Amino acid sequence: MKKNSSVSASLKDVETHYCAGCGHGIIHRLVAQAIDDLGIREQTVGIAPVGCAVIAYDYWNFDVSEAAHGRALAVATGIKRCQPKLTVFTYQGDGDLASIGIAETLHAANRGENLTCFFINNACYGMTGGQMAPTTIIGQKTTTTPWGRDPSAGDGWPLKVSELLSNLKGVGFVARGAVSSPQKVKQVSEYIKIAFTNQIKNKGFSLVEILSPCPTIWRKTPVESVKWIEMVMVQEFPLGIIKNNSIDL
Amino acid sequence: MLKEINKKILMSGNEAIGEAAVKAGCGFYAGYPITPQNELIAYMARRMKEKNLPFVQAESELAAINMVFGAAVSGIRAMTSSSSPGISLKQEGISYLAGCQLPAVIVNVMRAGPGLGNITSAQSDYFQATRGGGHGDYFTIVLAPWSAQEAAEVTDKAFDLADYYRNPVLVLADAIVGQMMEPVDFSYKNKSQKNIISKCWALNGAKNRPSNIIRSLFLKEGVLEQFNEKLRLKRLKINKNEQRFSTYKAKDAEYLIIAYGSQARIAFEAVDLLRMQNINAGLFRPISLWPYPERGLKSVAKKTKKILVVEQSLGQMVEDARLSLPGETIHFLGKAGGGIPSAAEIVRFFKKIK
Repeated sequence: MKKNSSVSASLKDVETHYCAGCGHGIIHRLVAQAIDDLGIREQTVGIAPVGCAVIAYDYWNFDVSEAAHGRALAVATGIKRCQPKLTVFTYQGDGDLASIGIAETLHAANRGENLTCFFINNACYGMTGGQMAPTTIIGQKTTTTPWGRDPSAGDGWPLKVSELLSNLKGVGFVARGAVSSPQKVKQVSEYIKIAFTNQIKNKGFSLVEILSPCPTIWRKTPVESVKWIEMVMVQEFPLGIIKNNSIDL
Repeated sequence: MLKEINKKILMSGNEAIGEAAVKAGCGFYAGYPITPQNELIAYMARRMKEKNLPFVQAESELAAINMVFGAAVSGIRAMTSSSSPGISLKQEGISYLAGCQLPAVIVNVMRAGPGLGNITSAQSDYFQATRGGGHGDYFTIVLAPWSAQEAAEVTDKAFDLADYYRNPVLVLADAIVGQMMEPVDFSYKNKSQKNIISKCWALNGAKNRPSNIIRSLFLKEGVLEQFNEKLRLKRLKINKNEQRFSTYKAKDAEYLIIAYGSQARIAFEAVDLLRMQNINAGLFRPISLWPYPERGLKSVAKKTKKILVVEQSLGQMVEDARLSLPGETIHFLGKAGGGIPSAAEIVRFFKKIK
């Protein structure tokens, strides 16, 4: 097969370890492309999460640090405060960002840390085999909600991180996209660029939430998975720009 | 405004640690309020601001240690401080620092436990401090000062050791050392020439070099085992080079007291009291708790008849003393939960075992 010659400088030429139909590959590519388009590869530090994207540094060709589960935005805070001229971003899943790391997320946002955060929402814990995440949809079956997520059983409701953070003064930009169709992928690509540009212009905390398919855990084909995002997930997590304050700090 | 302190000044151990850190080139500090180390976070808030350097009051101890992780990733000298319950929370981050081979200085001004315990002085975190503390096979260098002056000096040393070995270093003070005010002379700086170590591994933008990765994850078969072997060799090197201790009247001592931190101050007095009663007592004071100064202890203990370990705990350092002197009978006197063995109690104990 002929290789796509337009592979970005910020991506390494390696084989993927992600499952068929997984959204990470697309989003890794979008992030890399945005970095190249903005010409910031040599001034960028990324933070990889704990989850399926834990080895994001095997794909990205710029400086990347690991972070403990949920602590990416604390690590990013340390890097950015020490090196304010760098562009620093985190790439985190729903378990990482919205469950174990919710305190770090909320407070980095509330301090108005001049950071960019990519929040990959696949409504489950993928790497550990499909447990309930804070973003799991009501009725969605997981290994820890075998009869479906049920608020009356004490499982709680899907946590809407983007809406939550958009209420904070330190937050400049919040948008939610999905990688479920070519048009929507293009939209996500725009959000990613805005989120980076905001940081370069010192506009405070930027968050892009991305609904992303997880066919393996969802027990769906890749095609069924993107359909499920468009039919079910977007009902709970509506797409679009939620906040664009572009505040001057 | 304390622009530059170059003369002798009266300050608490906590403040001495802060000033020493600034003087050692600490370029980032994050902390969270907890007694009895609050003077330190307040000192850093003011001093870092004066120097136009980043200071963050973090949302938690977890966040603070991970911010320090981020600063260390940047190649910047970084410090956080806390007291016992907060240090338990920091263990996650300390394990990651060790796993990623990142230098950082962590200060524990110990209070009494377990649980919330209380805010009185204690030495009950010895095991946690000297056995790694978090998950995985690693050790942190542990330096235990007995005065405000030494608190400053070991903090200065801690930054050098952290950089040199690419390993977290713990300054283990107790509440008495942290809060007691004493004259501190910062001219020690002139005596030691600081090692300047290039941090080519730091993340500062992949310009004119391949991209750098900071990681402790090694999934490929055998790679993590190799990495742990590297950590083991580092441990041997530190154990060989970094054992620190001091002694008092130990040369001809037949009766040896082993104590560290504020408890060593009390043992110091006990030595004089015993000597007044014609009992040849001496003091062995570990300054590095890991590596434990076993070589020094072995040579000092050669001619002693009786050995007593005194701690503000129910018996933690005593285990290292026993490991250092196999076959020796080592007595123990300790109190926990805020109890402090007094000089008179030490004297009485010695007379009893004599």
